[in-house]
Amino acid sequence: MISLTSPVETRAHSWSAGLKLGVLCLSTLVLFSIDSLIIQSAFLLIILILYALPGPVFMRYGLSKLSILWPFILVVLVWHLWILELLQGCAIIIRMISAVALANLVTMTTKLTDMIDVVRFLTQPLQRFGLNPRILELSIALVIRMTPVLLNKGECLGMAWRARSTRRSGWRIILPFTLIALDDADHVAEALRARGGLTSSHPETRS
Amino acid sequence: MEKNIAYIALFAALIAALGLVPKITLAFGVPITAQSLGIMLCGTILGARRGGLAVLLFLLLVAIGLPLLSGGRGGLGVFVSASAGFLLAWPLAAFVTGLIVEKWRSGSLALVAGIASVIGCIIVMYMFGIIGMAIVLDKTLLQATGFITAFIPGDIIKAVIAGLLTAAVAKARPASVLSRPAQNHAG
Repeated sequence: MISLTSPVETRAHSWSAGLKLGVLCLSTLVLFSIDSLIIQSAFLLIILILYALPGPVFMRYGLSKLSILWPFILVVLVWHLWILELLQGCAIIIRMISAVALANLVTMTTKLTDMIDVVRFLTQPLQRFGLNPRILELSIALVIRMTPVLLNKGECLGMAWRARSTRRSGWRIILPFTLIALDDADHVAEALRARGGLTSSHPETRS
Repeated sequence: MEKNIAYIALFAALIAALGLVPKITLAFGVPITAQSLGIMLCGTILGARRGGLAVLLFLLLVAIGLPLLSGGRGGLGVFVSASAGFLLAWPLAAFVTGLIVEKWRSGSLALVAGIASVIGCIIVMYMFGIIGMAIVLDKTLLQATGFITAFIPGDIIKAVIAGLLTAAVAKARPASVLSRPAQNHAG
């Protein structure tokens, strides 16, 4: 499965994922505590420079990921035009773009494996409460493996529907699709048991 | 244990797969996606704990950079955007939905699952979503509510579908409806 990590290798790819996430948390907190339009704009400019430094391919890819914000930008703009407080609206929009762009920047420059290492580190304290880190890692791997499998089966269902009907399938194929997922889950559970099963620090949770 | 892990992981994958079902546009122009139907099904079929964990696992994968949200979205950015409150409420929404299905044993499963989806995945989820939107867009709760009311009819349609699907799954695969372990034959 393709992750959102940028294929363009940057210096930031080698930086510690934990450090990047820490800086991101702090920066987001600072962003949301500042109201000044000038400081917000300066923040956005710095982020845009960070996007531009690795080159045009990286920048285009990064900016394309911000397109999800258009509906919100439009709503805020129209609202603030209506109440005649356009400057305040601009500050809100710039802050939102900066926060999302900065978070996306961390995602784009951090490999999936480094992120999983951070998750493993952060969930270490939960071992005391019975969370087996191996189970979490296995669950992540299962979702990454099974999502394309399910998608492929969903496409087959869609094609089977189209071969028999001129109408759109809509929600009608969601029932067989859910049944496929349930059957797959049973097969996966059997396969896991056949390979020795999962050891749990909480035997009472076994089913 | 293996069955729990497999069901949680497969339902996280199901939420991802439902994100790729093409949007349906309602009569008044608001698009609805099937992904939140996946959240409802996690609660109604897996129950509170497993359903909440499946959604939590899905969000964890989104956070570490997989483009699993509808429209190929993902990464940390979605957790600070205006719709972040909705995303963060998803595990709780699935949990509440599952809890209602687990505890409310009388009546038809379709009806119970539909009402549970309305309470968990509309009322609870919109509460958090509206608070998140009010914070990010610097608006009052009332103004934020006004921005998203257009999506409520679509979600009510999905809650009805979730109820019908849960009852149909209970008939086809009674042992798989983990939210009703002792009574899963009662559709």
